[in-house]
Amino acid sequence: MIYLDNAATSWPKPPEVLKAMTDVLELAGGNPGRSGHRLSIAAAREVYNAREDIASFFNVADPLRLIFTSNATHAINVALRGLLKPGDHVVTSSIEHNAVMRPLRSLEKQGVHLSIVPCAADGSLDVRDVVRVMNSRTRLVAITHASNVMGTILPIAEVASVAHKAGALLLVDSAQTAGTIPIDMPAMGIDFLAFTGHKELQGPPGIGGLAIGDNVDISEIEPVMRGGTGSHSESEEQPDDLPDKFESGTLNLVGIAGLHAGIQWVKDRGIDTIRAHLKELTLALINGLSELPEIKVYGPLDTNSTVAVISFSVHHKRVSEVGLKLDEEYGILCRVGLHCAPAAHKTMGSFPEGTVRLAPGVFTTMDDISTTIRAIEQVIHS
Amino acid sequence: MTRYGVVLFFTNSSVMRAEKLLKEAGYSTKLIPTPREFSSDCGVVLRFDWTDCEQVKLILDTAHLEIDTIHQM
Ligand SMILES: Cc1ncc(COP(=O)(O)O)c(C=O)c1O
Repeated sequence: MIYLDNAATSWPKPPEVLKAMTDVLELAGGNPGRSGHRLSIAAAREVYNAREDIASFFNVADPLRLIFTSNATHAINVALRGLLKPGDHVVTSSIEHNAVMRPLRSLEKQGVHLSIVPCAADGSLDVRDVVRVMNSRTRLVAITHASNVMGTILPIAEVASVAHKAGALLLVDSAQTAGTIPIDMPAMGIDFLAFTGHKELQGPPGIGGLAIGDNVDISEIEPVMRGGTGSHSESEEQPDDLPDKFESGTLNLVGIAGLHAGIQWVKDRGIDTIRAHLKELTLALINGLSELPEIKVYGPLDTNSTVAVISFSVHHKRVSEVGLKLDEEYGILCRVGLHCAPAAHKTMGSFPEGTVRLAPGVFTTMDDISTTIRAIEQVIHS
Repeated sequence: MTRYGVVLFFTNSSVMRAEKLLKEAGYSTKLIPTPREFSSDCGVVLRFDWTDCEQVKLILDTAHLEIDTIHQM
């Protein structure tokens, strides 16, 4: 089996991640931050250590500004729905995942003004087009770090400086980059960083987070959920302290331990080594697919401008048929269709049919890529 | 004679951070369930040797850790 669906979720996971998850349940399985006994304390220590290490991974100085959520979608909702009020203006790009687009469309119905800056067909974003839509009511720019459809990396630092000049904040969806591209929040000017644990951070599904920059005034963000936090229990009001304000309910201890181990694994392997490996695989995919005249490959076709996500379509074949054959006849697993990002497919001209998406991961080999290219060749000629 | 003091924090994350900082600085601490007389809150408090009180306060203060109260035991 060749797994090329790492953009949906990475697989397999490093054994260290599985071990950390079973260990924490066995050895520290109390409710973190609730009770006073040893298992609860051990759980709370693990959560705090993970919080510190994950914050430092994104260069966030204050670990209490790292909020655990269940995934990137949840984190994006915490930021968007917590910050934006009717009358505010928000800016996004035309290649966003529905994790960003749907909450924005819903806020639009509640009176938030939305501008969608068009990207080029290869997904690239011209910052001058962002400048053009900014106005005095722009509260936030919310964009993805890289497209989950064609891999295109957006110019985050440049967008940050445009946003800040206009007095707006920047939210970045790092679902497709965290773990393969270094993210330094203050250096890149990111005010909110949404991440998910189950992709290239090598963690399990069900855990993610929102890192909040030092410049953000927490009192301006309403929690989207309220409930028990283990703090200020005498009060029936939600506390204002971080991270409790945004973390109601029992945390996903197992997920946190797995994500913690996953990030440690990424650090040990080295993010530059990981990136170099993925670039090599992506280049081989681009070169191999470009030799097949029946195939159209989308995106910038330049590994410096993309993450390891390649989308293609075949002139005379349905993408679903290609995907099914690759799976059933060759054991090659990928994802076909619209990838939860209709806007991105409209931008690149592949809506509503969608594309076949190949996303190698850290455990993919060059042999896997050669085998895949040969299989695709056979499928399109079958 | 007073042997111990306890620090009450507002959040569990602060307790964990304080424990870590004091441990790194070489002080002997223990996390114990919050004594009922101090707070109606759930969770734990940080116990320390009363003789270290001033240094403990200094370390927590330097780290900008928000403290609820400190008590002798
Ligand atoms: C760009 C992008 N944003 C957000 C998400 C949502 O991630 P999750 O499903 O973990 O919330 C994904 C992945 O599905 C993605 O690729």
